[in-house]
Amino acid sequence: MKDINKILEERILVLDGAMGTMLQRHKFTEEDFRGEQFKDWPVSVQGNNDLLSITQPEAIKEVHRLYFEAGADIVETNTFSGTTIAMADYEMEELVYELNYQSAKIAKEVAEEFTAKEPHKPRFVAGSIGPTNRTASMSPDVNDPGYRAVTFDELRIAYKQQVEALLDGGADILLVETIFDTLNAKAALFAIEEVKDERNIKVPIMISGTITDASGRTLSGQTAEAFLISISHIPMLSVGFNCALGASQLTPHLEVLAQKANFAVSAHPNAGLPNAFGEYDETPEQMAEQIKEYMEKNLVNIIGGCCGTTPEHIKAIADLAKKYTPRPLTVDSF
Amino acid sequence: MIENKSQNLSTDNSKQSTRKYLKLSGLEPMIVSAETNFINVGERTNVAGSRKFLRLVKEEKFDEALDIARHQVEGGAQVIDINMDDGLIDGKEAMVRFLNLIMAEPDIARVPIMIDSSKWDIIEAGLQVVQGKCVVNSISLKEGEAEFIAHAKKIKRYGAAVIVMAFDEVGQADNYERRIEISKRSYDVLVNQVKFPPEDIIFDLNIFPVATGMDEHRRNAIDFIEATRWVRENLPHCSVSGGVSNVSFSFRGNDRVREAMHSVFLYHAIKAGMNMGIVNPAMLEVYDDIPKDLLEHVEDVILDRKEDATERLLDLAESVKGTSKERVIDLSWREEPLQDRITRALVKGIDQYIVEDVEEARQKADKPIEVIEGNLMIGMNVVGDLFGSGKMFLPQVVKSARVMKRAVAHLLPYIEEEKKKNPKPVEGNGTNGRILMATVKGDVHDIGKNIVSVVLGCNNYEIVDLGVMVPAEKIIQTAIDEQVDIIGLSGLITPSLDEMVHLAKEMERKNFNIPLLIGGATTSKAHTAVKIDPQYKNAVVHVNDASRAVTVVGDLLNKRSNQKYIGDLKEDYDKFREGFLKRTKKKEYLSIVEARKNKYIIDWPTTEITKPNELGIKVITEFDLKKLEPYIDWTPFFRSWELHGKYPAILTDEVVGEQATSLFKDAKELLQKVLNEKLLGASAIYGLFEANTVNDDDIEVSTEEGDFTFRTLRQQLKKHAGKPNFALSDFIAPKESEVQDYIGCFCVTTGFGTKELAEAFEKDLDDYNSIMIKALADRLAEAFAEYLHKKVRKEDWGYANEETLSNDELIKEAYKGIRPAPGYPACPDHLEKITIWEMLKVKERIGVELTESMAMWPAASVSGYYFANPEARYFGLGKIKEDQVKDFAERKDIDFEYAKRWLAPNIVD
Repeated sequence: MKDINKILEERILVLDGAMGTMLQRHKFTEEDFRGEQFKDWPVSVQGNNDLLSITQPEAIKEVHRLYFEAGADIVETNTFSGTTIAMADYEMEELVYELNYQSAKIAKEVAEEFTAKEPHKPRFVAGSIGPTNRTASMSPDVNDPGYRAVTFDELRIAYKQQVEALLDGGADILLVETIFDTLNAKAALFAIEEVKDERNIKVPIMISGTITDASGRTLSGQTAEAFLISISHIPMLSVGFNCALGASQLTPHLEVLAQKANFAVSAHPNAGLPNAFGEYDETPEQMAEQIKEYMEKNLVNIIGGCCGTTPEHIKAIADLAKKYTPRPLTVDSF
Repeated sequence: MIENKSQNLSTDNSKQSTRKYLKLSGLEPMIVSAETNFINVGERTNVAGSRKFLRLVKEEKFDEALDIARHQVEGGAQVIDINMDDGLIDGKEAMVRFLNLIMAEPDIARVPIMIDSSKWDIIEAGLQVVQGKCVVNSISLKEGEAEFIAHAKKIKRYGAAVIVMAFDEVGQADNYERRIEISKRSYDVLVNQVKFPPEDIIFDLNIFPVATGMDEHRRNAIDFIEATRWVRENLPHCSVSGGVSNVSFSFRGNDRVREAMHSVFLYHAIKAGMNMGIVNPAMLEVYDDIPKDLLEHVEDVILDRKEDATERLLDLAESVKGTSKERVIDLSWREEPLQDRITRALVKGIDQYIVEDVEEARQKADKPIEVIEGNLMIGMNVVGDLFGSGKMFLPQVVKSARVMKRAVAHLLPYIEEEKKKNPKPVEGNGTNGRILMATVKGDVHDIGKNIVSVVLGCNNYEIVDLGVMVPAEKIIQTAIDEQVDIIGLSGLITPSLDEMVHLAKEMERKNFNIPLLIGGATTSKAHTAVKIDPQYKNAVVHVNDASRAVTVVGDLLNKRSNQKYIGDLKEDYDKFREGFLKRTKKKEYLSIVEARKNKYIIDWPTTEITKPNELGIKVITEFDLKKLEPYIDWTPFFRSWELHGKYPAILTDEVVGEQATSLFKDAKELLQKVLNEKLLGASAIYGLFEANTVNDDDIEVSTEEGDFTFRTLRQQLKKHAGKPNFALSDFIAPKESEVQDYIGCFCVTTGFGTKELAEAFEKDLDDYNSIMIKALADRLAEAFAEYLHKKVRKEDWGYANEETLSNDELIKEAYKGIRPAPGYPACPDHLEKITIWEMLKVKERIGVELTESMAMWPAASVSGYYFANPEARYFGLGKIKEDQVKDFAERKDIDFEYAKRWLAPNIVD
């Protein structure tokens, strides 16, 4: 298969869209989530989307398939919450390895189907590594700012388990995403480096932060450039932003990365900002119109969608991406 | 003010893309480029650099500590250096706590953090709590390449930049060639082997003082500058940093010259490529504003341009000094008005002329008492203010007290006469209050207590000093008889803590209503708040340094506001207690049976056991103390005078260096006198015996005079997998291994004569030397223990006859085998001393006695065990559970309650 670094020099790669939005369409019940295997699980598991990779694998595979058909080069595994820390709510810490392994395995199967059909356009699987539900550099207790609900080592160990399982299941890339606290990401990157070292392998790494609101900073308070500097010690395939904002609001922050990063830049924004009902109603055309600006300004190398995006959105984006040349991968440093 | 013309980097594109810049981040980015000129690192948040910060951290006043960080950032620091390396604080915990708090303050956290420690575990703990890209300060080749590489790899993985000290296995680089040699080697290892990004390397090339009068220091500045130039030209992309104020150290007291030296040094160093450093912005002169002749003289020194540059600058300095720099022969102050002379004598601690001046004052005054209340108190108030604001240090204050006492002694006969003539009672006793001071029953340590007494005396309090080993009844009775206003208790060994609780209960029972002060090495605010304060209705205050004692006593006795102050104190201790009890971490403990299963295992058939060359007991008497001089560890000596820092660096310390140097000179003088005139008696006793461990925790020892058993205590804290629960018995072969093992024990003293000497000094109104002799005797005792241990290792036991360790290495305990002492962390049970005393017949043979609290008398004594196994190590017992206490009491055949009382500080609450 062709080296992804090479492909990145040639064209803009397309990442998939939302997984959650697609699964909501199925309106899965508690029973559907449980399947046969977790019929007697002591706590409710409805809403544990990662679990569906085991209990409803066909539904997951179908989502991957729809995105590849829409033109995606890379799909993300269904493992956003696949750490012992995030799974604690469902008391499923023990299942972390299997969840990640199965998710990577089924995504890889679909990717291989498509690569076989269209060898000129190889498809990749990015193991999705979410932020967990705890922050390592902020206190959840306003009265005790020095308190931390999770330590670096706890995160590192949890991430390491997830990374090992994703790689065993066949992930081609690791995607540390939706980073709202850079210290969490640093723990994930530390774990990835450990695994790379122990296995003596190289793995392309994508890193994607989240600018929370109009302040233009991550939840933990960093500016785009401070964020970039804080994670640049790891050799990576790409750096970018995803979630929280729609495509236009993300533009100024992507400009910072595009000017300063000596590797690929990615973006997978939401389909606009949520409406009063928490739904995303930006149409594929509206979103594509904004993303056109990225292309014209030469800001990105990898482009996809986050919350509220669908295969239709991705198709509109993919069609657009074909018409533009990618951003050059090196910048005049500084 | 300072220009950076050095890096006129080419801006053509081909080159620019190859130039890499150091990039750091807090919440915001910071990029060190050619345009950024010079990055100023703030270092007030360094416990070694700021006494205030150290105090705040010690007192857990983290809010105020955060203010210091905030001020620095507001004042323009672009990076803040944080250092928590101090023997009296848990550096790792303090580092993590402080960094976590900083992260919650966006106006501080916006700048990058420099994590500064000599301990790797503190650095790593810091790296784990900061999201931005930090600087690690520092690593070096000092401990060899393997450790250097291991640490650099970790730092890279955490995503931090690093300061590399120009230091290697041989020592610190102190000339041009060595700086280049070490930085080149460090750079090559980092870039080629570790693949460390070269732009993330910052060299600290060691800035040393110039104009010290020593020829070998003449090139200190120019060598740094030239080495900087070489590094920036030959080691691509890296940075160069340093602490600038060191360079002008020899001109302390003359800020004009220092400021000029800093500016000149920076001007040239920055031109050569220095792009980062610690500079106090208040201590910089604008380069162009330096007067021409001063500039020329300073440049001659910095750049080593003239043979006699130092002498010439010294001469010029006299004429340009901003503040008056005292010269020994300068007696012009004798021409000043009387009050100025008295004040000066007190502030400077000069006693030659005080009697003369006081006599002059007496003749002018109506009544002799007015001289004390007027002239002398005016002077002492200046001393108090300077001390309170950190501008004077403890040894100076004690010298001031000596002058004060001499002055008062001269006046006393006149005052008595006046009283006879005019027997009307004077209002009060003319003092601010009467304070009873005592070292509690069973304890013999009084250096700290004496210091506090002297300082309070300086502030016009009358001190009733009951000395050492004072029973509670005597304290209570004296307090009633003398109508004292405050009681101050001191103690150094752990059983004293109980005695203090007992005394608080007694005061309550007798319905006392005066404040109680608590101080001494083992005391703490936590113990005071949790154990003593609840026993007594009036104020109980923990005061551990002399400068604080003055303000606390002042507040306690201020009739207008003390009720509120005492109320606030009580509330503060209540809160502290609550917080402490709540905060006490839930730790998990093993039962003693489980802990024994997790003991430390030595492979007995293969381990190295050496049979001592000679078994049995030996006594050394009339030992020549001169042999001990090289073995003295001076660092704790300075600490006993509240001067903090490591010897010998403390002698050139920015803040306390001058004072430390002067104190050290006085100490050396007295030491020479002691050595030459053989004023102290030193003896030692030690024995080496066959021994084996039985029943896990007991060590059976056979001597010619019968069998004895040492009872050891075992750690019970639940450990991480793979970490054992230690007891000292783990280092001696168990009987069932059928390997014959050995143990030793010892007692040394250098204390005979101390008491008499101290009393003689006190009689001569010389508290300074009275405290000094005790502090020296303590150091000699420690040195004797070190000396004897070495002799035993190399000769008597002979297991380390190959050993060649420097004194520094000895102090760092780099030797094989250990000498733990009962009452200290590995074996906190003081009662084991009784076994040693019985075994060696210590009292009968060398005269050292044990008090009822198991303190040794004379105080300058050390006792302990010898373990020779190469795997033997020091550890802290930590907390133990009642099950072990019970088992221990049974093994020792003592009452459970009795055992509990002795082990109380170590039992889980």
